[in-house]
Amino acid sequence: MDRTVQANERGGVALYLLVALLVAAATVGVMALYSNIATRKAEATQTVFKVVELTEGTINAAEWGKNFPRQYDTYKRTVDIERTRHGGSDAFQKLDDDPRWRVLFSGYAFGVDYREERGHAYMLSDQDTTERVTDFKQPAACLHCHSSIIPAYYKAGLEAGVPADEAHRQEAIMKGFEKVCAMPFAEGRKLVDHPVSCVDCHDPDTMALRVTRPGFLNGIKVLAKSSDPLPHLPSVERWRSGDRAREYDPNIDASRQEMRSMVCSQCHVEYYFKGEGKLLTYPWQYGLKVEQIEDYYNDVQWKDWTHKVSGAPVLKAQHPEFEMWSQGIHARSGVSCSDCHMPYVRDGAVKVSDHHVRSPMLNVARACQSCHRYDEEEIKSRVATIQDRTQKLMIRAEEATVALIKAIEAAKTAGASDNDLAKPRELHRKSQWRLDFVAAENSMGFHAPQEAARILGESIDYARQGEIEAIKVTPGGGARVSMVAPINPIQ
Amino acid sequence: MATSRRNRVVAGVVLSVMVGVLSGAAAFTFAYAEGTSYLSNDPAACMNCHVMREHHDGWSKSPHHAFATCNDCHVPHDLVGKYTAKAVHGWRHSKAFTMQDFHEPIRITPGDLKLVEQNCVRCHSSLVGDLPGHGGIGGNDVNCVHCHAGIGHGAPR
Repeated sequence: MDRTVQANERGGVALYLLVALLVAAATVGVMALYSNIATRKAEATQTVFKVVELTEGTINAAEWGKNFPRQYDTYKRTVDIERTRHGGSDAFQKLDDDPRWRVLFSGYAFGVDYREERGHAYMLSDQDTTERVTDFKQPAACLHCHSSIIPAYYKAGLEAGVPADEAHRQEAIMKGFEKVCAMPFAEGRKLVDHPVSCVDCHDPDTMALRVTRPGFLNGIKVLAKSSDPLPHLPSVERWRSGDRAREYDPNIDASRQEMRSMVCSQCHVEYYFKGEGKLLTYPWQYGLKVEQIEDYYNDVQWKDWTHKVSGAPVLKAQHPEFEMWSQGIHARSGVSCSDCHMPYVRDGAVKVSDHHVRSPMLNVARACQSCHRYDEEEIKSRVATIQDRTQKLMIRAEEATVALIKAIEAAKTAGASDNDLAKPRELHRKSQWRLDFVAAENSMGFHAPQEAARILGESIDYARQGEIEAIKVTPGGGARVSMVAPINPIQ
Repeated sequence: MATSRRNRVVAGVVLSVMVGVLSGAAAFTFAYAEGTSYLSNDPAACMNCHVMREHHDGWSKSPHHAFATCNDCHVPHDLVGKYTAKAVHGWRHSKAFTMQDFHEPIRITPGDLKLVEQNCVRCHSSLVGDLPGHGGIGGNDVNCVHCHAGIGHGAPR
């Protein structure tokens, strides 16, 4: 064997090895692709592995998470703290951010502690630490929306004597609801230990959406009987035009798309604690608009507190997101809360709704772009325009209402009687209710921009009318006009 | 030199087996992934990977459902153009879905939008050809689906 042949032999072996290596690599690639396709196909069947039994009593979301890991993963992310342009989930002190609210809430718990809400994960623990609860007497009615409370209501209902069978289940929950509402906060707090959980919105057998909160079930029944047009809730309109043989029941009548808003509306609403029993009540007898709610509060002569400076019987707006959304174009177009706040996300070939409930501004692609075919920056800037305009008008309304408060104070100091001050105080109640309805609502006007502007326009008007009335009854009136200048005049 | 010849034969057999395994695995994967369906005009093929499900659902409720399938609007209508477009789309989509690295919600590319535009005109030329404001149809000036956004896939949800 000469050297050339040997070299050829070696070259031949190397070539074979190289080709073998390439073929092997290609085979690995094909098998990897196969495995990838197989995974996607398996995902597409959306198989749920039921590893634990879920019941009405399963409050712990981690248990549900064993069967539904994708949803649970996102649910857990509600601990995230992110600041958006006008809010987010960062608990900044709004009283420091805008000190006018110390004046507006004078004599009320919100004048002491008014922080931005954090994510769902904190709803119960933040309730324990807010000075509104630690330094003021509060009823356990608050826990209706700060905890996963239905099993506690059920238990309290049984203890009150409702029979413990399936037919009386709802009756027991409603009875327990009344019982727990009337308890002091500390006593009710012992009955609950978990923030909002899966069972609050999902049937444990079928996963179907359902509403469980007694306050909402009562409220929506009353609303259905009102004559306020509700084109965004077609099932209510259908019930109204039917024989009304039974009361409206969202769990029977509402479509799935309506439920995708109603589950949120169990809590993101205006409410008050009715009577000695502190029964949580949604004031929807005449409808969802700001003046309809006001009419109801006037009828039942409700006030949240007496303003320390003006002496007016004022109202506190809570967080009327459902009411404001109901007046907006998104509701009118059939877009639910969940479409923007819990948009669908794809995980491989599986489509799930994002249970990390948050501002759509932190998730523009999925929240907005499914319908609005503009780039993210354009969408964000449109939202910013709406919110910045609302805020500018809102600050005007704050200034006007503070000016009214100062005018009433000045009139009182100068010797005006309670009788004299009745009219300006009534106007203070009206202007502050409207201002707070927009301010307390979590969207800075976005949920219904024109409605928010209308409400703030009315607020400013009532405040300035009140100021004129106050000056009229001020002994030596006209001379005191200089005393009622805004604390931070708008340039 | 008998040994060397035998080695070559052995190596040749080994390689043939390997190539056979590769071809078999590739053919199986192609069939498993319903590869041939992509050569068809069946709209169901477009949602094999599930990303297009909503677009398919929307189309099935849209005004065009009775008249046009996916391919009528989304690929050219000459033989070479059609299969070239299918190959380009197929490569882009399978790469995106395998790597899971695409923008969501999905967006049509500018080139493919133009393709759709040409297909609008292909059927509707007698209607739009003479409209002065629509003179640039198929070009860059106007875009049919900018206004007729729900025509193919229904109103956005």
